[in-house]
Amino acid sequence: MTTIASLEDKFYQTIDAEEKIEPKDWMPDDYRKTLVRQISQHAHSEIIGMLPEGNWITRAPSLKRKLALLAKVQDEAGHGLYLYAACETLGVGRDELLDQLHTGKAKYSSIFNYPTITWADMGAIGWLVDGAAIMNQVPLCRCSYGPYSRAMVRVCKEESFHQRQGYEIMTTLAKGSEEQKAMAQDALNRWWWPSLMMFGPNDSVSTHSEMSMRWKIKRFSNDELRQRFVDMTVPQAELIGLTIPDPLLKFNEEKKGYDFGPIDWDEFKMVVNGHGPCNEERMAARLKAHADGEWVREAASAHAARKSNSESRLKTA
Amino acid sequence: MQHSRLKFILQWADNSMILGQRLSEWCGHGPVLEHDIALTNIALDLIGEARYLYQYAAVLEANGKSEDDYPFLRKEQEFFNVLLVEQPNEDWAVTMVRQFMFDCHHLHFLNGMSGSDDPHLSEIALKTAKEARYHLKYSSDWVIRLGDGTAESKTRMQDALDKLAKFQNELFIPGEAEVEMIKVGICPDMGSIREKAFATFDEVIKEAGLTFAKPAVGRSGGKNGIHSEHMGYLLATMQYMQRTYPGLDW
Amino acid sequence: MNKDWPLYEVFIRSKNGLSHKHVGSLHASDAAMALENARDVYTRRSEGVSIWVVKAVDILASDPGDSEFLFEPATDKIYRHPTFYDVPDEVKHM
Repeated sequence: MTTIASLEDKFYQTIDAEEKIEPKDWMPDDYRKTLVRQISQHAHSEIIGMLPEGNWITRAPSLKRKLALLAKVQDEAGHGLYLYAACETLGVGRDELLDQLHTGKAKYSSIFNYPTITWADMGAIGWLVDGAAIMNQVPLCRCSYGPYSRAMVRVCKEESFHQRQGYEIMTTLAKGSEEQKAMAQDALNRWWWPSLMMFGPNDSVSTHSEMSMRWKIKRFSNDELRQRFVDMTVPQAELIGLTIPDPLLKFNEEKKGYDFGPIDWDEFKMVVNGHGPCNEERMAARLKAHADGEWVREAASAHAARKSNSESRLKTA
Repeated sequence: MQHSRLKFILQWADNSMILGQRLSEWCGHGPVLEHDIALTNIALDLIGEARYLYQYAAVLEANGKSEDDYPFLRKEQEFFNVLLVEQPNEDWAVTMVRQFMFDCHHLHFLNGMSGSDDPHLSEIALKTAKEARYHLKYSSDWVIRLGDGTAESKTRMQDALDKLAKFQNELFIPGEAEVEMIKVGICPDMGSIREKAFATFDEVIKEAGLTFAKPAVGRSGGKNGIHSEHMGYLLATMQYMQRTYPGLDW
Repeated sequence: MNKDWPLYEVFIRSKNGLSHKHVGSLHASDAAMALENARDVYTRRSEGVSIWVVKAVDILASDPGDSEFLFEPATDKIYRHPTFYDVPDEVKHM
């Protein structure tokens, strides 16, 4: 007789042995729910994340930059796709997941509710936002859920060029004219704090962390990852002569890392709750794409059904 | 001769560039993720093709221009693309019909160009013909799928076809530059391209259950730099950075 | 109601000589579209030379609950492995 207790034992043995849980394996309901929430939120972020950068594809300043940006935004569509597919292994279809996004039931990363108002924002997003994302994503390659971990391996492999292209844009601007340098600094000023917010609330108030760590969905705490990001990014900014917009930023010899100023969590909450500068625009664009695509999706289904009917008629004839 | 050759290369490049620019407007707004990715692949192919050609134009001109001078610093009347490619995306039906009309020409044009007496151009054509073959398959499949889909999709496709039909023929009317290039064996004969393109076109339109009515009057002018009103807006967007901040590297 | 196109599993041969390997999945209205989508989604960085797609619902998978009687019986059949047999040290490779 298999009891829930013995199933649970086996589940935790697998987790503790650093082995993976696969779709058909028994798993606690909360583990499944946590995964669906996290993976779908991650997928939604990729899809919404296409919009702020997509905003500059048609205005990219050179052919090289245009091709790179197109390929990058296209990768994000791919990442969304891989992640939706990982989520579908847990029994929730893409249609349902998109529905949760479109009705506002599911969240996506708040960073994408900020506007991209200059070309330098393409640099800042690649460098900071993708940099922060990679910091979060690399440990997810070892996540205990097989399909999520495999999707993340693919995502991380593809993302490796994203941050470099962003930093290259910033470097070019920082070495350019006074106007370009100012543009780069302005973008850093606007994207720095929202990038730090991407790691989520401080550990002391984070609600989902403890169980996620136990389940090895999450490997490092929000604050640990944020600290690593700051330590990695500050020297990169210095190298190209840009200034991090934080008067309290200071290297702490003792911890061999930077101390930095407090994050404005009120702003974070405001944006999460739908009052950021672009929340409405992002949702409107997503809803429009989905609604405009409906007749296309339906028509393709209708054609496929008719074709398979006539094929099966041929076979029986 | 040198002038015609340059114009011919730019005309070819501009077709791919402007269509690539249009397709890239879809990125992030497609009907389903899989096709957002697929259409972006086509945009990347086309802009990549244009880039090779602009690079070659810069070599031929040998006056210090770079690949970026052509798309970002020419004025509207210095672009020689056909009117078809600058037409707005509107919906997936118009985008697919425009693509399909273009691909029918593009593939056979490139196949012809691969035998060009200009070895550099024939090399570019050989490489990009492989891509164009996939584009044609992709757009043909969509034309058939939507023509044979729902009542709504059929109507939309028929409307798109009726709307764009008048722009199709310009692809096959040799412009001044092409006439010169045909004479010297750099450009293939347009008659045979036309024949092959229409064979493909007619077959797919038939399978899609759509009707193609030959337009009473065709529209043209792009090959001489006289564009539709849409072109100015497209360039205003595309050239925004270079026009606002002249002479900088990005 | 689920309005998704059917889910397809994608298998890619990265180069001749290797078998097709599962790389992920995608949605398509039919198999022909699935094949094209697989090319566009999963071979953007020259990852493959051949693609298989199969409708996810057409795959019959073993039940992890049956693993005990399906797979454990094989673990003690060590005589199927070469290391089970002793050969003189002088025979370096066999």
